Amino acid sequence: MLKDITIGQHFPGNSPVHKLDPRLKIVLTVAFVVVLFMSTNFVGLFLSAVFTLSVFKLSGIPLKMLQKSIKPLIPLIFFTVFLNLFFIKGPGDPLINLGFVKIYKEAILFIIVMVCRIIFLICGTSLLTYTTSPIMLTDGLESLMKPLNKIHFPVHEMAMMMTIALRFIPTLIEETDKIMNAQKSRGAMLDSGSFADRIKALVPILIPLFISSLRRAEELATAMECRCYHGGEGRTRLKQLKITGDDIRSAVLCCVCFVIILSTRMFFTRVI
Amino acid sequence: MSNMITVDNLWFRYSEENDWALKGLSLEVKKGEFLCVLGSNGCGKSTLAKHFNAILVPEKGDVWVEDINTKDEEKLLDIRQKVGMVFQNPDNQIVATVVEEDVAFALENMGVPTEEIRVRIDEAMEAAGILKYKDRAPHNLSGGQKQRVAIAGIIAMRPDCIVLDEPTAMLDPNGRAKVIKTIKQLNREFGITVVLITHYMDEAAQADRIVVMSKGNIEKIGTPREIFSQVEWVKSLALDVPQTSDLMHQLNAYGYSLPTDTITIDECAAQLYKFLEE
Repeated sequence: MLKDITIGQHFPGNSPVHKLDPRLKIVLTVAFVVVLFMSTNFVGLFLSAVFTLSVFKLSGIPLKMLQKSIKPLIPLIFFTVFLNLFFIKGPGDPLINLGFVKIYKEAILFIIVMVCRIIFLICGTSLLTYTTSPIMLTDGLESLMKPLNKIHFPVHEMAMMMTIALRFIPTLIEETDKIMNAQKSRGAMLDSGSFADRIKALVPILIPLFISSLRRAEELATAMECRCYHGGEGRTRLKQLKITGDDIRSAVLCCVCFVIILSTRMFFTRVI
Repeated sequence: MSNMITVDNLWFRYSEENDWALKGLSLEVKKGEFLCVLGSNGCGKSTLAKHFNAILVPEKGDVWVEDINTKDEEKLLDIRQKVGMVFQNPDNQIVATVVEEDVAFALENMGVPTEEIRVRIDEAMEAAGILKYKDRAPHNLSGGQKQRVAIAGIIAMRPDCIVLDEPTAMLDPNGRAKVIKTIKQLNREFGITVVLITHYMDEAAQADRIVVMSKGNIEKIGTPREIFSQVEWVKSLALDVPQTSDLMHQLNAYGYSLPTDTITIDECAAQLYKFLEE
């Protein structure tokens, strides 16, 4: 039953968004976030929305997924709304005055902009994980962070850790399942009792899991050494990331969109 | 014929408080042979195997891989490339999330150019019979398939020798048969020296020579025929003999005088047939 959990929400596909070089995708996503937080008027926000939705459409990922990724953030959105509603004060008269709470026009505008930004932010970034496989994402990150090697940041080691973590997630889930069954067959009550009881019941699952992970780690390290692993130095790759003409065209197109969105700052009055 | 691995008076213990795990072993692994190491649990088989590619180095004595001493740290990568090693649990040796990337892991470490990696991993996967799974995730494969992925990852390095430490212990009979078939094929067709550590006597019976270990010592080295014909002695070391030898041995207990060096079923059947005719 634990096997059904999907980790890393990747939706394989063949769209131009899927095919885009992961490095470009990461950079463009970051750029999009910056653009989003720099657009201070409704036209800019509207254009960002159009941009996000059209990329989503292009990727062929069902819009239902969008709902799924926004859902867990609803409390955060409410929290933002709530705080800002009461604490932002404008220069003019309040719209609503209940004596102890005063709601200003500025607060409402600010909230609208903020909520739009959060929603588009989630859409944009989840698009990255939906359309890029974890391996590609790791490769992209490793390649992008390569310059950090100069300041002795262990880029290769980080990427290797991510790869191994991804590789062992299903193995460890399977193992957890086995240990749970083993403990259940000895009379462990995992699904009943008070909250505190259930937390306590986790201990006999976590300890064997932890010990076996350490053992696995040691064996894996030996196996890696046997295959000449000696860090990132002088390493080549089976799959090298190459930027194609299509990649450049897509990137240029996105940049043009970003510039248009940003240029609205010059023509329209800022809301906040 | 020159030696692939030479072990000369090897003494080893895991720490000074521990007893000696290996007590002055000497052994020669010849180029191109299929050598099998037998012994009950805790007799030092795996410890010996780990000396073959410098995972462990001797406390006293020497281990030579061709003409390189395993104590020479500068030659470490050469040794590891020459002598590949496959372990018992396939899950714990696979590094990457896609089969072909895992097979390429050793080559990536060795700094082989990208185009050459492609050619060599395809060859290796073909030899191990896993080419059709190359885009699969390792956790979706069966135990036998995973173990063959691990073997492919080693043969991609084009080693001269492969050491396999109980590679079939966790597999079902079908997976076991396929792994052994792959190992034999590597030995016969590609001339790779194979050192196989196992608990299965039918696997050992297929080797060119068998090394029998007990309590950190080598008890005997000989052909499967020589070793398994001494049924009583083998059993005294808490080991088994192939069922065919065992059958002959039990019949002999009733006063017959049948040869006990019958290690294959055909041979055994032929001998029994001959005996019954008489």
